[in-house]
Amino acid sequence: MTAWRAPWRWAAWVAITVLLLAAPFLIEAAFGRAWVRITDVALLFIMLALGLNIVVGFAGLLDLGYIAFFAVGAYCYALLASPQLAIHWPFLVLLPLGAMVAALFGILLGAPTLRLRGDYLAIVTLGFGEIIRVLLNNLNRPVNITNGPQGITLIDPLQIGGFSLAQTHSFAGLTFTGLHSYYFVFLTCAVLSIIISRRLEDSRIGRAWVAIREDELAAASMGINTRNMKLLAFAMGATFGGVAGGLFASFQGFISPESFHLIDSIMVLCMVVLGGMGNVAGVVLGAVLLTALPEALRYIGPLQQRWFGEVFIDPSDLRMLLFGLALVLMMLFRPSGIWPARRRLVKSMTEKQHAAV
Amino acid sequence: MLSVHKLVVAYGGIKAVKGIDLEVRRGEVVALIGANGAGKSSTLKALSGLLKPSAGRIDYDGAEITGKPAYHLVRRGLAMVPEGRGVFPRLTVAENLAMGAYIHDDKSAIARDFERAYTLFPRLAERRAQPAGTLSGGEQQMLAMARALMCRPRLLLLDEPSMGLAPLMVQKIFETVRAVAAEGVTMLLVEQNAKLALETCDRGYVMESGAIVLADNAKTLLSSPQVRQAYLGE
Repeated sequence: MTAWRAPWRWAAWVAITVLLLAAPFLIEAAFGRAWVRITDVALLFIMLALGLNIVVGFAGLLDLGYIAFFAVGAYCYALLASPQLAIHWPFLVLLPLGAMVAALFGILLGAPTLRLRGDYLAIVTLGFGEIIRVLLNNLNRPVNITNGPQGITLIDPLQIGGFSLAQTHSFAGLTFTGLHSYYFVFLTCAVLSIIISRRLEDSRIGRAWVAIREDELAAASMGINTRNMKLLAFAMGATFGGVAGGLFASFQGFISPESFHLIDSIMVLCMVVLGGMGNVAGVVLGAVLLTALPEALRYIGPLQQRWFGEVFIDPSDLRMLLFGLALVLMMLFRPSGIWPARRRLVKSMTEKQHAAV
Repeated sequence: MLSVHKLVVAYGGIKAVKGIDLEVRRGEVVALIGANGAGKSSTLKALSGLLKPSAGRIDYDGAEITGKPAYHLVRRGLAMVPEGRGVFPRLTVAENLAMGAYIHDDKSAIARDFERAYTLFPRLAERRAQPAGTLSGGEQQMLAMARALMCRPRLLLLDEPSMGLAPLMVQKIFETVRAVAAEGVTMLLVEQNAKLALETCDRGYVMESGAIVLADNAKTLLSSPQVRQAYLGE
């Protein structure tokens, strides 16, 4: 990328921008409206994967309960913007609030696990994820807060003034359904997440995280406050999850504890690992692929029908099988991910030193 | 510069260091020698803030630092080369050194520090773009020392610099210890290789099962029958 000359780079950015803006309409025309929805979900997963990437990829802290922050963000939004508690706050308040509450939960998880690493940390975070889900499932008695397993319905969509994103609008000859409008909101948030991730990676904080990931003791003897930096990683990662959760709740209009299972944590982790732990571009790619792949594999049923005249294997069985196979093959042939992290953290800095020496 | 009074370090109920006194004066190179499990490394970890002492008092540069965390001490010029070297294996030599300069942000001064490190350790200059994990043990030890120097320490704690190295490399490492000392860095080093350590240092402490049993000039210790018998195999 850096080798490209400026005009080309500029042109490439314009092309990417135009493509991203046109994407929902192109996708709808080519694959149908269902895929616009999948695209929206993929954008949410990009945010989630980037958040988890801060914890796992940058700071090297294995977190198997990450979806809990997504749940916290989602419930924070749902409770304060639905008939459940008869509160309807605007999303401009709720999204930052969700981010803050999720960050608080991140610190809540981080503080007691400061001394843990690797397997042990994974087990505790796994437990944390389950605790949140079970809590949401049972907070309907004696006082009904979360409505338990039934979940929360009729969650307010994102709206500014009278403009609701859930309704269909027409603008400049294009029809914006809710799916289209949400696409642009999610795209903005995903792009912001990418920018924040990249900035963090290149910052002093990012360097401290790398040091902690590589060797915590050595990091401490470099003058890095390992405790605060680890807590910051948990909090920052959780923030992304919290915002994504709020967006998810408004987008779906309905949430229940069912959406926040361990398998969802694992899925986000797979996106990070498969895409390329620590590399922002790789993680984005991982999120898109792992959202699209299981959906694309649904077409195996109709394909069997067309080729063999009947459906031999239930596509829902085969789908997860093929998905698993794809994961195994990936890890065999590209163990550090599709798009592995270049270690560019202090490169710009050390290159200057080379020039000086 | 550093004075330790009745320092106790315990892991759970087991006391690894049982109330030792120790003194390092400005410009000195002091050795702390002793057998495996004598409590040398625990002492050093407590001094560098990686372990909280259970009792006692540590003063550095005219202020008490007992129980202060490592990141605080590094900023005050007390750096440590951890045992087993602790380089960042997947980062290059240059990136490791840049990490050493974490607490500084004055670019031109950091550039000078890089230059100094590469002059002191020409081998590292040759390998600057190589991941630290691919260096030999001796080179990693050099890198660990060079990286600690990037913090611009006034007192450097070295934990077993000769551990697991070939004899020739051990000689080389002690040469660099002398070179670093010549730059005016005060040092306290923990060693099992008593002979080399005492030949390099000004003063020495001998530690045995958590207590200091001998303290004297390095030369005197080298010729003391007790040390010769216990640590020099004579």
